[in-house]
Amino acid sequence: MNHMENNSSKLPVVALAGNPNVGKSTVFNTLTGLRQHTGNWAGKTVSTASGQCTYGSFSCTLVDIPGSYSLYAQSAEEEAARDFLCFGNPDAVIVVCDATTLERNLNLVLQILELTSRVVVCINLMDEAGKKNIRVNLSKLSDLLGVPVVGTSARDGKGIDQLMKVLEKTIAGKSRPPLRIECPSAVENAVSLLEPVLSEHLMGRLPARFAALHILDSDPGLTNSLNQFLGFSLDQLPDVQAALFKAKRYLEEQGFFEEKLRDTIASRPVALAGNICSESVCAPSVSSNRDRKLDRFFTGKWTGIPIMLLLLAVVLWLTMTGANYPSSLLAAGFAWLEDHLRQGLTAISAPAWTISLLTDGIFHVLATVVSVMLPPMAIFFPLFTLLEDFGYLPRVAFNLDKCFQKACACGKQCLTMLMSLGCNAVGVAGAKIIDSPRERLIAILTSSLMPCNGRFPTLVALIGFIFVGSSLLSSVFSALLLAGVILLGIIVTFLLSRLLSATILKGIPSSFTLELPPYRRPQIGKVIVRSVLDRTLFVLGRAVSVAAPAGLVIWLLANLTIDGTSILQYCTGFLDPVARLFGMDGVILFAFILGFPANEIVLPLILMAYTASGTLPDAGNVNEIRALLTANGWTWLTASCTILFSLMHWPCSTTLLTIRKETKSLKWTFLAAALPTAAGLLACFVLTQISRIIT
Amino acid sequence: MSSPKLPLSNVRVGQRAAVANLEASGPMRRRLMDLGLTAGAQVECLHRSPWGDPAAYAIRGAVIALRDCDSAKISVIPLP
Repeated sequence: MNHMENNSSKLPVVALAGNPNVGKSTVFNTLTGLRQHTGNWAGKTVSTASGQCTYGSFSCTLVDIPGSYSLYAQSAEEEAARDFLCFGNPDAVIVVCDATTLERNLNLVLQILELTSRVVVCINLMDEAGKKNIRVNLSKLSDLLGVPVVGTSARDGKGIDQLMKVLEKTIAGKSRPPLRIECPSAVENAVSLLEPVLSEHLMGRLPARFAALHILDSDPGLTNSLNQFLGFSLDQLPDVQAALFKAKRYLEEQGFFEEKLRDTIASRPVALAGNICSESVCAPSVSSNRDRKLDRFFTGKWTGIPIMLLLLAVVLWLTMTGANYPSSLLAAGFAWLEDHLRQGLTAISAPAWTISLLTDGIFHVLATVVSVMLPPMAIFFPLFTLLEDFGYLPRVAFNLDKCFQKACACGKQCLTMLMSLGCNAVGVAGAKIIDSPRERLIAILTSSLMPCNGRFPTLVALIGFIFVGSSLLSSVFSALLLAGVILLGIIVTFLLSRLLSATILKGIPSSFTLELPPYRRPQIGKVIVRSVLDRTLFVLGRAVSVAAPAGLVIWLLANLTIDGTSILQYCTGFLDPVARLFGMDGVILFAFILGFPANEIVLPLILMAYTASGTLPDAGNVNEIRALLTANGWTWLTASCTILFSLMHWPCSTTLLTIRKETKSLKWTFLAAALPTAAGLLACFVLTQISRIIT
Repeated sequence: MSSPKLPLSNVRVGQRAAVANLEASGPMRRRLMDLGLTAGAQVECLHRSPWGDPAAYAIRGAVIALRDCDSAKISVIPLP
């Protein structure tokens, strides 16, 4: 162990930087062989990932840092990226660029070159640039930038060998001073007043010119991080303050007031990038016609919203109908396995209670989780990933931004909601892509209103209870109903976001820029294989780590008795009167409470609790589940309220922990649990009372 | 230049324009510059969202969506 640690700590550290959505994660995956989720939209890497990559005898630790447009950080994730580049002391930096939007990408490249010269520029997506008739003169570009430039198409692994070769050479080579982008002479004079003083205190830990420019530019974020890194307040030192005062006064005399000064400093790399591009890139003046046509269709005035709803319905319909067959197949398989397990245990004359605990308790809940949960996930996620790969998701955010504007929230919240559809915890962590802290909190607090991974199949099964039948029409109905449930989640998100921004999170919407990346042909085969595999492993992992212990707990609760009544009955009996107010029963509410560690066990727990003293239904068989629920007094109202409460209740433990970590506040964490729960209880209560009045 | 300046939000779909100056300040100004919206940069309004706002602009080879309230703070000179 020690040996390994020593070994890995000696490896050079290479940072992988770049604008958002340039295929950074793909390059990372290709280099390290790790599988980090990649998608076609800005802001995918929400926290840094690292992995080892080896090429021949050369090895290094590669750190994938969040995508950023600039070292002048605007959001939490850009700050993380900047801090790693400035203070993480990487041995080299690979800056990944998109060959199709090179000019904009070069701005970041030049900013990083002002920081260090140990840079390899990786021009990715060369294949797409080729399709758009964009030609990049790599050797010319390398001459102009003064660092090696490698062209790659990371998706097909093209150019990766070359990238590693060049990287090895760069790390082994001599270090040169960083790039110097000249300012107008007045600013240069001011910099030279400040630079020597800073240099004395920095002692080579950060290029003094870089620090001087950022301090003159009054970049408070960087100054804070810099002070933290140094362990003392650099900008508070008397000699630094004196030099800064002198420099600022001189600049004002020369007519460089705050805004003009900032513009001058910021526009240097932008202007240089423009010049470099005009010398090394040959691009047709019109942007891609194909993308324009697709955008006119997917975001058109009359087509945008209908197509979005249609796509949602189709995806849900495919998921629901497609899941039926594998679900019953899995259920039958597990039933067969359970019989054999029981027989085997009987054969070795295990005590009756052990057999029941292992089969009725642990195995049965585990089997239900796998057979009910796995098929819908294994169908939904590949479809979702295909849309993501294609580049459709940012268009959804574009289409819906007006609604977020009305709710005084950020349009990027739409992207975190889509992430939440996969896993609420991922959605919470993903809220880092939102610049304004206020809007980020809104996104975090409402994140659990999107039915995640674990709740999705529960909803499918419950809708199956209301709409039973195997005809095409009823399956379409079910899909529409599920789409309706998700839409309800979206509407409640809007309402709560609006409510939050009118009350405790007051403020005006901050500025909003959203990049719409080019459409890309999804790698269909790869996506399907990978995401089916991912989902299967995910569900199996959760089944073992959460469902099996939950099965044990509920079996114990159902079988340990006090005065002839099981503990389970005590608990559910206690909750029953409360639950009835909201159209549910004690068992359902208890299952939601026990399901706190993971939402996917709620339905299996309900089934398990109902069958605790009776015969067991075939897990995954819709008709048997339906019969069991009806026998326990379920009506359409019970199912509807359970759906509503499943959509709106406290987030699971993992999500709450993530919220705690992201907000660093117990108050917000508590609110993130209380808010959706209150909304859910209110909705259930209103529905129940209305139905009682009507009937 | 004889053409009158107008805010970017008033540029019609399909029309091209050159950035004259940014009226935004603070972080927004910096973000717009990092996206390549400096004086002289060419932009084109590509399309608008179904509700009319935001709109998508071609800026230095990339497509960026901006809300009208933000693009109103960028003054441009229409190009023929």
